[in-house]
Amino acid sequence: MAEQHRGRDGRRPSQRQRIPTLAAPAQGWLGAHARCLIEALGRMHRRWVASLLTVFVIGITLALPTGLYVLVKNLDTLSTSWQGTVQASLYLDDDVSVERGRTLARRLDARDTIDGAEYVSAEEGLETFREASGFGDALDALPSNPLPAVVVVTPDADMTRAAVGELVDTLRGETGVARAELDQAWLERLFAILSLIERAAWVIGLLLSAAVVFIVGNTIRLDIENRREEIEVMKLLGASDAFIRRPFLYSGVWYGLSGAVVALILLGGCFAALAGPLGTLTRSYDSALDLVGLDWSGGFALLATGIALGWCGCALTVNRRLADIEPR
Amino acid sequence: MTDIVAFNHVVKRYPGGKMALDGVSLRLARGEMAFLTGHSGAGKSTLMKLIGLIERPTRGQVVINGTDLATVRRRQIPRYRQRLGLIFQSYNLLFDRTVFDNVALPLVIRGLGHADIARRVRAALDTVGLLSHERKFPVTLSGGEQQRVGIARAVVDRPYLLLADEPTGNLDPALSADIMRLFTRLNETGTSIMIATHAIDLVQRMGHRRIALDHGHLEAG
Repeated sequence: MAEQHRGRDGRRPSQRQRIPTLAAPAQGWLGAHARCLIEALGRMHRRWVASLLTVFVIGITLALPTGLYVLVKNLDTLSTSWQGTVQASLYLDDDVSVERGRTLARRLDARDTIDGAEYVSAEEGLETFREASGFGDALDALPSNPLPAVVVVTPDADMTRAAVGELVDTLRGETGVARAELDQAWLERLFAILSLIERAAWVIGLLLSAAVVFIVGNTIRLDIENRREEIEVMKLLGASDAFIRRPFLYSGVWYGLSGAVVALILLGGCFAALAGPLGTLTRSYDSALDLVGLDWSGGFALLATGIALGWCGCALTVNRRLADIEPR
Repeated sequence: MTDIVAFNHVVKRYPGGKMALDGVSLRLARGEMAFLTGHSGAGKSTLMKLIGLIERPTRGQVVINGTDLATVRRRQIPRYRQRLGLIFQSYNLLFDRTVFDNVALPLVIRGLGHADIARRVRAALDTVGLLSHERKFPVTLSGGEQQRVGIARAVVDRPYLLLADEPTGNLDPALSADIMRLFTRLNETGTSIMIATHAIDLVQRMGHRRIALDHGHLEAG
């Protein structure tokens, strides 16, 4: 009887309204989700102090690994710009003439893997050293020039550290080259430290992501406890688990998203606070280093991560909790 | 199948051994209105819970609107309940939502469109005489008004069976009579109704069929 009644209802609307019958279910579905999204926001708004605290905790938790990531990225840029200045010194045998030395430098300069090769004669080397070191008088006391002639080789800036190492090994085999050295040991250590920090950032990031999942999960668990009666009523009225779950999942999404936004704001604040002093520091080193913040893709990745973690935290909790609540 | 409710030798024993229903058989015809009476613990609530699939019988068969409830799986329970109208002693309204939103809930659950919902909710509120209160919150209403909101919510989706568990348990006699008259009106439009109640004198005055339970047995009906 009720079915027949509904059938009459279905035919009642005018012809004009009946046309988009295919779109109607989709609209209803989208509408239901949009309603849940807004409703979840409304729920957070009603208990805004608690929600705000949760969001801040999530924000700080997300900001820590992200900040570390940005730090590593900045140090990476810094070290890459330093790598471009790495030079290998080829110390020539004493019996190599100036002419042969210059020929060697020209030959090396022609190679693809080498950006530049410059011959510095023993005399030029001594002169430079005299000016730079201030040991002029002591050098005058020496009977002969103790310095060898050198070919200063600048490897191609795009080369990896391993390739540069191989290049230096082959240069060591050139005739007339007594020793070849790469002033890179300190850079190697810097890179090792950097990769350590990067690894640490990942580990901390994973741990703190898990923390966000648990924070959201716990918040949703409390939310479900507070709404036990409401959930019972909904179940009595014939609401499916999916229907009851939906607003909670969207709460998780909102928590994650607003936490990520707070993290972005915190990071922005930190960079603004650090940029001034860092500028002063780098200027004192005659280097113009700009602090690089999160770019657009990084920012979006943070927001997406926040949403995903919020969703996960909620999904892990909500199914188990809702199954526990049955009308009595 | 003319019976909306059919209990065949239904036994319900709760874990712990309490015998709530002991071999109850009864029928409620389509369009009929009946009162379920008996002292506390006689099994009225258990009978209601079996119909609402809140509990399952230990033995026996419950057939509602032609469906043997033993064949309704857990996942199908929500859809089954959507076709029932449940009314509670404590009204079970959601206090953070307006009267309108409370009444609309069954339709929202079923996923109806906005215009359809508004039209049906207003019709249901009109039936219970609360159309002017749709924007209010339940706390601002009296007990009788809150129960009428509960009734509007139960009838808004045109259920084939209205089940009311002590609907007037928290109301004074005058309001109780009001609510009962409302049930009679709903019954006159064709809805089958089963009302569990303590209010024997009210039931006797109304003159509808009375199903009496005593310690899990059917006494009269």
